[in-house]
Amino acid sequence: MIRFEDVSITYSDQPEPILRDINLLLEEGELVLVVGRTGSGKTTLLQAINGLVPHFTGGTLSGRVVVNGRDTRTHPPRELADLVGVVPQDPASAFVADTVEEELAFGMECLGLSGEVMRRRVEETLDLLGLNDLRYRPLMTLSAGQQQRVAIGAVLTSHPKVLVLDEPTSALDPGAAEEILSALQRLVHDLGMTVVMAEHRLERVVQYADRVIIVPGNAQPLLIGTPQEMMREAPIAPPVVELGRLAGWNPLPLSVRDARRVAGSLRELLVGQEPPIRVISHVDSGTPLVQAKDLTFRYGPHVALKSVSVQVHGGEVVALMGRNGAGKSTLLNAIVGLRTPTSGTIKTHGVDPISLKGVELLARVGLVPQSPGDLLEATTVAAECRAADRDARVVPGTTRELLSSLASEIRDETHPRDLSEGQRLLLALAIVLAARPPLLLLDEPTRGLDYPTKIRLVDVLRNLAPAGHAIILATHDVELAAEVATRVIVLAEGEVVADGKTAEVVVASPMFAPQVSKILAPYPWLTVSDVVNTVGPVILRSHAPTSGDAFA
Amino acid sequence: MKAALACGQHAHARWLHPGAWWIWALGLAAAASRTLNPMVLALIIAVAAVVVSARKPDAPWARSFVFFVKLGIAIIVIRVGIQILFAAALGTTTLFTLPSLALPSWMAGVRIGGTVTLESILIAFYDGLRLATIIICVGAANSLASPSRLLKSVPAALYEVGVSVVVALTFTPQLVADVTRVQSARHLRGRVTKGPRAIAGAAMPVLEGALERSVTLAAAMDSRGYGRRNTNSASQQRLSAALLIGGLVCACIGAYALVAAGSPWFLSTPMLAVGVIASLIAITWSAKSAIRSRYRPDPWWLPEWLVALSGVFAAGTFWVATWVVPFQMATPADPPTWPALPVLAVLGLAIALTPALVAPPLPEVFAVALQAEPHGNEVAA
Repeated sequence: MIRFEDVSITYSDQPEPILRDINLLLEEGELVLVVGRTGSGKTTLLQAINGLVPHFTGGTLSGRVVVNGRDTRTHPPRELADLVGVVPQDPASAFVADTVEEELAFGMECLGLSGEVMRRRVEETLDLLGLNDLRYRPLMTLSAGQQQRVAIGAVLTSHPKVLVLDEPTSALDPGAAEEILSALQRLVHDLGMTVVMAEHRLERVVQYADRVIIVPGNAQPLLIGTPQEMMREAPIAPPVVELGRLAGWNPLPLSVRDARRVAGSLRELLVGQEPPIRVISHVDSGTPLVQAKDLTFRYGPHVALKSVSVQVHGGEVVALMGRNGAGKSTLLNAIVGLRTPTSGTIKTHGVDPISLKGVELLARVGLVPQSPGDLLEATTVAAECRAADRDARVVPGTTRELLSSLASEIRDETHPRDLSEGQRLLLALAIVLAARPPLLLLDEPTRGLDYPTKIRLVDVLRNLAPAGHAIILATHDVELAAEVATRVIVLAEGEVVADGKTAEVVVASPMFAPQVSKILAPYPWLTVSDVVNTVGPVILRSHAPTSGDAFA
Repeated sequence: MKAALACGQHAHARWLHPGAWWIWALGLAAAASRTLNPMVLALIIAVAAVVVSARKPDAPWARSFVFFVKLGIAIIVIRVGIQILFAAALGTTTLFTLPSLALPSWMAGVRIGGTVTLESILIAFYDGLRLATIIICVGAANSLASPSRLLKSVPAALYEVGVSVVVALTFTPQLVADVTRVQSARHLRGRVTKGPRAIAGAAMPVLEGALERSVTLAAAMDSRGYGRRNTNSASQQRLSAALLIGGLVCACIGAYALVAAGSPWFLSTPMLAVGVIASLIAITWSAKSAIRSRYRPDPWWLPEWLVALSGVFAAGTFWVATWVVPFQMATPADPPTWPALPVLAVLGLAIALTPALVAPPLPEVFAVALQAEPHGNEVAA
């Protein structure tokens, strides 16, 4: 279906090729997962499939890419539109029409299909993706998960043989991600569609893949194989795989179901044991850093928060979870005084945050927004750091020092836009921390982050909490919450539906439980490192159902 | 008759063809341009307002009517203000006298301040009211007909222009969301969020964001087959587009010359004819090469005919009335006279009111308030 022959791709402003000598054959009806660090060339590989590279992006492509007999050298993207459907990373930025139904029809109109065919396909696609209730809705009023489904539907109506998706679940809550993945499963199994998908959230997708392509970056050769083969050696893997590798399970489980089947003896080991307790250095039990009382936010007819009462003390790491649109961002914005509540009160550090401005605000609370790039205005990292020192009225050099401790490889003269997603996040974090706010808020920090950067972020957060900082994370990432949070608050429809210690809240929830706890239920262990700390690596290994595996 | 059947069949909720709304509104505007009778002008505004309130959908673009009304009021105020300050007084009914400014001799003919008469204020008011009424009629069309649906009905030769405009329209709300987001970010860094410095600081990230998004969008549109062509060569495409745009410009000049008094004869009917013929050739020409099709195009059934014709009828009655009862159509200001009510014009306006009844009701989702707020970008909310 898709054939790469000796493909090398070089962008015009770079001396070295980003991908070199790629030979690849993807069969019909395959679900192929492409993994790799940010900037490794994943997106380039995906865009080469429909000719966006090099027709649209520029650069040189040597060798050839052939899709179903059509060579991308002679066929620009629009001539492949009936064959390859491409869903970009941020679906909202690619919408053309203004309502769902018109968006679904746009591609077909370009292909010149007849009215009856279009009508039929729109109806079929609305059903296939469960969008019928939304058909007349303006696209801008949809939630992120709905937008993602519309974007997929919009390319499906052209009946392509290949579907290419760039991080389809990274912005979604676990429930919406499940919906997308099951829709993709159906396309592969029922319609024999070839799906090529890049994704950082391996824990969500690796079990569905037929093959995995690892893009190592720096034009190194691609690694291709079945998920089992690839996960055995991948430097970073989802928790279920990590646990499987440590325990020496063979075959390596990729899904919670497979792991539970072989985890019986491990669960027996845990009987009577206590999971390690998260250290909460309850430094001050005096004035809470956040004190919300009956907080309500209303935008027109839509209620974003419904009489929420929450207190957060120093030393706590709170994970704020819930669906897209449940009110997480609204709560964070209220804490920094970006929004005036409709009713109720909010006190940040004992003060109404609306009245706080400038350094008064910075010294009390810092928020790293969903797209950290918003905070950056200067043209170099150094200028950005100097500006942050000035804003926070601290000794010049403070921000750069902080940044070096978080990410020493970021150079002064780099333009912030040229940083990777993760580096931008760390720069924004350094800027926010410059004024040493006791309260740190992060909105979706792991969105679009690759695993190595995520691990670094987890380290940073773990070190901040004992230093007396309170941290509130709004996140969809259940594994992140399991790693760092001491407390989880679940919001639904603007109301607090659960609030308690991480283990108590997430273990009980099918949606928010991390993989390890699903495997080990009913025992409340949340992460691989917790399990290792309890039983010890040697015992864990010796309880493998099969032995003789070379990986530890 | 097919049309008669269609009316019975399709009385259910649907969008009226946006072209019908525009013809109706332009008919009203043309009618307004024929009269200087304040009573009649007020009636035209009332008709527009009634129809808008009866058939306006609940969509962001439909809220523009109020804006146009305010614009109309501003026009009247400015027109009367200018008259009071600068224009020479007419008539004899002095209302009050402003201190007048002595101007140097080389500015003879220009006057500032001085006597203000009722007659000159009335003339200015009638004139301003006429322009305001035309603007309000355009506003009515704007809030009744979805701009994107109208653009969907443009001929194939203008299709690409149409899509660009649709994209630009969807871009504006995103730009507003971007500005809010960047302002929030400035607040988070403890910086000023208002004033020229804030605008300068916010401009860069907002423009960068817009640029990045337009590149993504262009890539997405290309991957979805936008701009696929049949065998027609690119130069042929350009020729037909040029022909069409040239034709439309000619037609506009011709139409203006036809309405405006005192234009040379060759600029009116012949120009209009040339323009229309050129446009028609371009449209049929490019229709052959376009492979693009249309999803659920808005039909043109009996209600469309009725709505469009009611507007044309109103314009027609006004046209006739200016011949038959010219003094009723232009209320004299000197001496000030109570406006008369020309029966023919009122009849035309009564007909122009019928779209409030004959236009099909709107699809339910647009007739009731939209419940949802943007969930996706809570930050911007």
